Amino acid sequence: MSDTTGRIELRSTDDPTASLIRIEGDITSASEPALTDAYTQADGSGARTIILDFSGLEYMNSGGIGLLVTLLVRAQRNGQRLLAVGLNEHYRQILALTRIDEAIGIHETTDAALAAVR
Amino acid sequence: MTAIEPIPTETPPADAARRSDADAWARPVDRLSTTATGASVDTVTGRRVVGPIQGFGQMWQKTFTVRLEGTAMTPQELIARWKDEFPTFWPKGNTFYAPLAGIAPGEVALFAVQAVPGAPVRMSSGVMVIYADDESFTFMTPEGHALSAWLTFSAFRDGDVTVAQVQALERTADPFVELTYMLGANRFNDRFWEGTMANLARAMGVVEPVVGTVKICVDRRRQWRYVRNIRYSTFISTAIGTMTAPVRWLRSRSAGTREE
Repeated sequence: MSDTTGRIELRSTDDPTASLIRIEGDITSASEPALTDAYTQADGSGARTIILDFSGLEYMNSGGIGLLVTLLVRAQRNGQRLLAVGLNEHYRQILALTRIDEAIGIHETTDAALAAVR
Repeated sequence: MTAIEPIPTETPPADAARRSDADAWARPVDRLSTTATGASVDTVTGRRVVGPIQGFGQMWQKTFTVRLEGTAMTPQELIARWKDEFPTFWPKGNTFYAPLAGIAPGEVALFAVQAVPGAPVRMSSGVMVIYADDESFTFMTPEGHALSAWLTFSAFRDGDVTVAQVQALERTADPFVELTYMLGANRFNDRFWEGTMANLARAMGVVEPVVGTVKICVDRRRQWRYVRNIRYSTFISTAIGTMTAPVRWLRSRSAGTREE
């Protein structure tokens, strides 16, 4: 598997029902344990909205995009909304190519994402 | 006091050696077209790509692996050969028609596969290469394909051994295919990839390849909002075309007789 130099961490937001998962560096199939762990913590805290912050993303291969789909399925199964913020044009195009943008709401900033779910 | 100027060095910045994914991804396209020939392009041309999000049936993650024991091949060498010789590893009776530029981001390939085990009828469709680098490549299916899927072909090191892997993230496209999946097509699909992986390993010099299969039902729910995918079904159009072929042949024959 590809080595990963990514970092994934869970952060709180101004909205107690929303959690933010910040993705930095790489996201590949090797990121699965960290992403799953962050999501599990967010789910455990009762989050109804999960915001993925991609502003620190530097590299994503097809294994990484596969992780987003399985995360989306888990969130949908648990009745949660999955949103994305901080995407640059390149990663917006990838989400459009893979048609993930039809299922994940894309916003410029965390504030805009939170405003959209209020 | 004089400030000491930092001494310039020729050390590249820390991020200079970072890999980039920019050339590995295809550009978004609204509708597909292809340079490949050999199978019907009608099942691909003008259609959109679909992934597991747009499918109907239960979502499966299937992982097929084979260890290339006894070979010195690196993951990069394996992926290069896999791309170049991709059609040759498919099980007998199934044909993959690569695009002119080969397996490269944005290219669309065609194929014809057995619709039913042992039956002479073959179903045509295609795939778009959405991602390709020197360690992996990924296909997405078009509307009308039996599966709404991503297929990722990759290679990695496990200790001293290179491992080849196919991972599918898939839903059946429509209720009809979902029914066939419940009646055995799911297992038939598994056997297709198990056969492919065994063929790949043999071609790389493995005498007795052992293929590992891991299947996980990621989502048991069916997505009824995509029930209308059935209108694109290549499977159904192939079945109708096959069943009505004798009638069409008789009609064309009688029309020819009248002209004489």
